[in-house]
Amino acid sequence: MEDEPHHCFSFLPTFLPLHILIYTPNPVLPEHSRTKSAAVFFHILTMIISRFLRRGILTSTSPTRRRSWWDHVTPALKDPINAVTDAFLADPCPYKINLGVGAYRDDKGKPVVLQRVREAEGKIGATNFLESTSTAISSKLVEESAKLIYREDSDVIKERRFIGIPALSGTSACCIFAEFQKRFYPDSTIYFPDPTWSSHRNIWGDAHVPGRTFHYYHPDSKGLNFVALIDDVKNAPDGSFFLLHPCAHNPTGVDPTDEQWREISSLFKVKNHFPFFDVAYQGFASGDVERDAQAIRIFLEDGHSIGCAQSFAKNLGLYGHRVGCLSILYNDKIQAVVIKSQLKQISNTMYGSPPIHSISLVSKILSNPNIKALWLKEVKVMATRIQIMRATLREALERLRSPLNWQHITNQVRMFCFSGLTPAEVDQLAKEFRIYMTHDGRISMAGVTTKNVDYVARAIHEVTASDRDTKILHNIGAYKVNTDICSTSLGTNKTRARGMNLAL
Amino acid sequence: MASTLLSLASATPSASLSFHEINKGKLNLGCINKEKPNPFIKAKSFGRVSMVVASNVSHFEGITMAPPDPILGVSEAFKADDHELKLNLGVGAYRTEELQPYVLDVVKKVNKLLLEKGENLEYLPIEGLAAFNKVTAELLFGADNPVIKQQRVATVQGLSGTGSLRLAAALIERYFPGAKVLISSPTWGNHKNIFNDARVPWSEYRYYDPKTVGLDFEGMIADIKAAPEGSFILLHGCAHNPTGIDPTPEQWGVIADVIQEKNHIPFFDIAYQGFASGSLDTDAASVRMFVARGMEVIAAQSYSKNLGLYAERIGAINVVCSSPEAAARVKSQLKRIARPMYSNPPVHGARIVANIVGDSALFKEWNAEMEMMAGRIKNVRHKLFDSLSSKDKSGKDWSFVLKQIGMFSFTGLNKAQCDNMTNKWHVYMTKDGRISLAGLSLAKCEYLADAIIDSYHNVS
Repeated sequence: MEDEPHHCFSFLPTFLPLHILIYTPNPVLPEHSRTKSAAVFFHILTMIISRFLRRGILTSTSPTRRRSWWDHVTPALKDPINAVTDAFLADPCPYKINLGVGAYRDDKGKPVVLQRVREAEGKIGATNFLESTSTAISSKLVEESAKLIYREDSDVIKERRFIGIPALSGTSACCIFAEFQKRFYPDSTIYFPDPTWSSHRNIWGDAHVPGRTFHYYHPDSKGLNFVALIDDVKNAPDGSFFLLHPCAHNPTGVDPTDEQWREISSLFKVKNHFPFFDVAYQGFASGDVERDAQAIRIFLEDGHSIGCAQSFAKNLGLYGHRVGCLSILYNDKIQAVVIKSQLKQISNTMYGSPPIHSISLVSKILSNPNIKALWLKEVKVMATRIQIMRATLREALERLRSPLNWQHITNQVRMFCFSGLTPAEVDQLAKEFRIYMTHDGRISMAGVTTKNVDYVARAIHEVTASDRDTKILHNIGAYKVNTDICSTSLGTNKTRARGMNLAL
Repeated sequence: MASTLLSLASATPSASLSFHEINKGKLNLGCINKEKPNPFIKAKSFGRVSMVVASNVSHFEGITMAPPDPILGVSEAFKADDHELKLNLGVGAYRTEELQPYVLDVVKKVNKLLLEKGENLEYLPIEGLAAFNKVTAELLFGADNPVIKQQRVATVQGLSGTGSLRLAAALIERYFPGAKVLISSPTWGNHKNIFNDARVPWSEYRYYDPKTVGLDFEGMIADIKAAPEGSFILLHGCAHNPTGIDPTPEQWGVIADVIQEKNHIPFFDIAYQGFASGSLDTDAASVRMFVARGMEVIAAQSYSKNLGLYAERIGAINVVCSSPEAAARVKSQLKRIARPMYSNPPVHGARIVANIVGDSALFKEWNAEMEMMAGRIKNVRHKLFDSLSSKDKSGKDWSFVLKQIGMFSFTGLNKAQCDNMTNKWHVYMTKDGRISLAGLSLAKCEYLADAIIDSYHNVS
């Protein structure tokens, strides 16, 4: 049974590359009898080796001793963000720091469950969930989510010109929209800002919607490349789909100003583009949910009918509960029912509905004005801590007389800071200083605490040492590089860390 | 592409028909006058953009209504009926004798426990809660099973049965392009939709024999044999939905023989483990038989029925591979598929299951409650059978009610007879003749028997 090629797929990985080398006429290989005999020899050798390999792959308890169905399945690339967490978890060093994943931490570096959430959990504790109440709770969630993002007194809400479904946080809201877009605009593409959240590409890619990019981040200024952005929006074919981050752009933290948003919105009207907003950080950028929704409000003023993916992972701290909302604005009621039926159909074949526990929590918190007000205070506390850490980190770097410009740390918003560190520098931070972050240099500010901010600053200063020579000095005047730390004999990594006067 | 469209068009019910129409250039413009061209759908050919038009016309004018879900439609019609003797035998959610929804005592206990523990709400890894993945695989295959011990099972937490099936469907689409899934005729309504949306072609194998109101075993075997080599055969592990008709152990053996012979891959959907017979092990027998033969198997699990966690969306996809190395690779690809769908699965349902199965006292309690639920269904079946046999003087054999297993029963009634059940007797059921025994109480068995006898004999 082993010798018969039952299934062509599993044959290929073992044999194909060598077969190609030996059997296809290769213009590089000389037509020589010695080469031909060598080829035959290697072919026989390959067959013997692969036979041994296959024996090794099949376990002895597999009575049929068949090849596996899954031989041709290659290991998937590790998710870049989770890979950081994995590396961090695997590190036994006691003073390691995780600046990778974007989950909020308090000043002690601990995960936080919001007080409002704990209270809501207590209330829903032993509720019997009937199918009928499930529907009611889902509708409530959609209504409250829409109020939060579109503003309670807006026309869109008053006239109920939105349709939505609960989703498994922001990811699934984007995923359902991507499928919806593919279904009704099968030839369309989606424009992402460059850069964007690492999952966006795969979300639309798996829906077979090709992704394009528009200019966004300016690596030199570490700010917005507005001129190029406008150009790209102009040059895109009319009626293109765009993915926009309304606040706290992930991963750069660079947001357009209100004026810039107005200009983008007008251009969108002229070009008839469809704006789809991925709202993952409402409340987290400025501490004020209204302020953070400003971009969307600007688009609504201009009469756009937009789509929105909302996540309650960060601002309600409900990471593991997977709850969010996908909403689409419409112009007439017939359309509403139609759109909703399609969204439900798409989500029914993916997961059915999000867990009732999650939906209930959000619904309870948002629908009660008193609880909601208290929640908004908690959001402000979280956002404020992040802002303070940004300022502290920048000050620490400036105190170290780093000649590089670190203004972007406080210019950028919300949880992430696009540090400008190179992949080599990121690797060095991990290897020598046990500080973990994604390769694009994105720092999750939530991982920075008053205790570790100095260490982080010094480590960043250290690894950017080589940059001092090669990079243009942005600051006016010459700074004497403080070599006291660097000049001490730096034997082991531990010594280095100790030499930095750790206070962890 | 054409074959995919054909299978989309033949599926019932499916929203993909509108997709089909758009592709063929026919647009249902909804509320817009058909004479006026929609600048959004045909943006390329028109190339003109008018700001006035843009602000009034939606991008989504051309979207048509998706067909309503047939099962939920029954519940809605039931709610609208105010007849005092009405009976909802539509949706498959367990009800007590008083026809109330039931939250298991163990679930209440664990919910309280979790509240007290006050654990954090951090993201789970993409593959889900490790403690849950461990217990769910052990529950299905048996903790002592060599496949578990040798780490040959790739287990990923999924969003109940639906989400788990979808992950497997996406894996099939990616790694076995063009391979077909064979689905029983009939089967759970969402199966076809899941494979359609995952772009996996499917066809049916004969299963239900309306003449015997039993299994068309020969037809099933013939169709599985006739399928192209390397097809995926979707099997219901126990308590077939919607018929309630399961193969006998001997028949399972023959099915396994044919699948091996044709080099197919068995794909189990196990939504009722423990709920069918009351015993977790008995209900997993079919899956375990296939695994014991050394076959590579896909198995989707759901805790919606057996733990009553319908709304918490907790289940798992398991792929039994021939080596731990293959299992690792497959798991990594399942994660790659899940990440863009929802990043990582929800934590609450997973914690409930992990806590119940992981605690021997709670596990025992769960087993007892499951026996109680399965027991109630069995009692109801008996009572219904007795009522039918005693009231019906025609000599018709109603024993299929006893032979069938699980929540559902295929009555053998045709559409017109089902309509009569609803219109005359206010008994709500799906039009394929399926009744959900979970929605039947002992007290109402006689009434139901009257309805069935009347519909069967007096309506054609």
